[in-house]
Amino acid sequence: MIAVTNISKRYGAVQALSDVRFSVDRGELFGLIGPDGAGKTSLLRILATLLLPDAGEATIDGLNTVADYRAVRRRIGYMPGRFSLYRDLTVEENLRFFASIFGTTVRENEAFIRPIFAPLEPFRRRRAGALSGGMKQKLALSCALIHRPDALLLDEPTTGVDALSRKEFWEMLHELKQHGIAILVSTPYMDEASRCDRVALIRRGQTGQIDTPQQVVAQFPHRLFAVRTDNAYRLACDLPSWPTLHAAYPFGACFHVIDRRPHIDISAELTAFLHQRGHSAVECLPATPTMEDCFMEWMKRDESE
Amino acid sequence: MNILQKEFRHIFRDYRTLLIIIGMPFAQTLIFGYAISTDIRYAPVAVLDYSHDVETARLRSRLFASGYFRDAGEVYNNDGIEQAFRRGTVKMVVVFGDDFARRLQTGQGVSLQLIADASEANTAHLLTGYAQAIVATFLHERMAEGGYTATGIAPEITMRYNPAMQSAYTFVPGIICLLLMLISCIMTSVSIAREKELGTMEALLASPLRPTQIIIGKVLPYLVIAFVIGLLILAIGALVFHIPVRGNLFLLLGECLLFILLALSIGILISTLTRTQQTAMMVSMFAMFLPTLLLSGFIYPVENMPWPLQWLSAAMPPRWFIIIIKTIMLKGGGLQHCAKETLILAAMTFVFLSLSIRNFNVRLK
Repeated sequence: MIAVTNISKRYGAVQALSDVRFSVDRGELFGLIGPDGAGKTSLLRILATLLLPDAGEATIDGLNTVADYRAVRRRIGYMPGRFSLYRDLTVEENLRFFASIFGTTVRENEAFIRPIFAPLEPFRRRRAGALSGGMKQKLALSCALIHRPDALLLDEPTTGVDALSRKEFWEMLHELKQHGIAILVSTPYMDEASRCDRVALIRRGQTGQIDTPQQVVAQFPHRLFAVRTDNAYRLACDLPSWPTLHAAYPFGACFHVIDRRPHIDISAELTAFLHQRGHSAVECLPATPTMEDCFMEWMKRDESE
Repeated sequence: MNILQKEFRHIFRDYRTLLIIIGMPFAQTLIFGYAISTDIRYAPVAVLDYSHDVETARLRSRLFASGYFRDAGEVYNNDGIEQAFRRGTVKMVVVFGDDFARRLQTGQGVSLQLIADASEANTAHLLTGYAQAIVATFLHERMAEGGYTATGIAPEITMRYNPAMQSAYTFVPGIICLLLMLISCIMTSVSIAREKELGTMEALLASPLRPTQIIIGKVLPYLVIAFVIGLLILAIGALVFHIPVRGNLFLLLGECLLFILLALSIGILISTLTRTQQTAMMVSMFAMFLPTLLLSGFIYPVENMPWPLQWLSAAMPPRWFIIIIKTIMLKGGGLQHCAKETLILAAMTFVFLSLSIRNFNVRLK
């Protein structure tokens, strides 16, 4: 449905995207996961026909995003990273306007967007600018869906939205998948990866492994340990002096530690080492790798190359 | 101190606004300095001479030798005067009565009439003043030489189109012009720049709308608003200041629409070149509003300006529109009397509209 082939884009001296390729199928929820400045917005804008790639091509439903941009625009629903509805118009007026510019009506598609729009129903007459972050996001999604697009492009839809709204939002996307829509979502939050069918990690304009989140995590090549002691600051200072350290970085309330020697359980060894350094209440347990660990590992490998 | 430093950073980072802020006073001082010269040079003046004798020839050459007036040819009857005024080719007509030389020599009062186009009240006032002074000196000399006795020989002055010399006759056409320009140009440029600034343009562009559809949709409401305001000013002019519409009202309204369309297309062009509302506002204000005021002939007659400013003035749409309004409203002229000006406005509209549609990007930059 969405096919990206060797897309590159450069702004002056900055290479925003280099040789990106992936595809998204109908009814698939595809996550583009990477930190700010990784090139996510540029890529989505190229797919939304708003930017021209320097090299490579992208097609949506077989239509080229450059040559057939008008036809592509009819088939996509695009939600920019910035809130892009009219703040001085009401919820209803915004919805009606976006329906009309795609040559359809709210009435025709009301049933289609109902699951998303329902929480907004009581605020129909409220100005869009006066909605809460989560509500704004639901309205923006409703507006992007009002013409029943074949492909949905969402640029960081969950940024700046509270945890509950984020959870609801992902649930909505899963419902939408059932209609055969190809959904491409970008997000800087690693923990949202598990909600996608497939993910592509992206960093400095390059994509890493593209696979299901389970596969990405399963292919994590190391044994991972979560370490915590009574003094997190001193722990951060002491961990680098562990002789066979591969990586150590803070993760939530503890530190994730990876040893250079594969397949070895270091918990006993490391606990003794930390006791020797004067730490108390040392806890060192094997941990399950997450997307963030995979990303850190990818970054580390990239930098060492 | 740190706020001071930060503020200077803001100022220098937005170099476009800075350029306008620094460049404009420079340009404006120059324009003001040159444009505000109230003395008139080479104003086109026609002559209606019923005598054609030695004395009228002398007085005529004296008038045109003064440097204030330029010989714009002869007319032969009252119709000719009316035609010349409506066409706008002359500012004043000097009418010599019958038997000028004989009456002068025999000490009978001569008949001399100065008819000025008072739709430009200030100019009319100045021109008749200059002419009166020259005529008075001339008669004085002739009488001294010929030993005639002076009798009541002050020229009779007629202020055509605005007998009461009301300033409203001058400022109402100017205000119509200014407000239509202001509303059309500033409102459209700002409203399109706002969509860019707030990011709503991104959503609009990602839709299948064509640039022309977006532009028409953005512009039409302001066309209506500007038109209603035009009507309102005309109504106030008629009801409060008793300014008549002597020509065809529908022609006048049609010309208003043309001018609004022109101002709107300039507004769109400005918005395609600017990214923020503030810059759009500044550019509209400084690039359109003030030159309209200074260079259109609304306040300072174009004839008084040095050549470079006259050329600049010719590029200002309001200059032509003011002529059109005055011709239709005050002089009762028809389309044939302002065909040239109308064509110029239409051509400008075409150029600006096609430029702005071509310039309107279907993608983000």
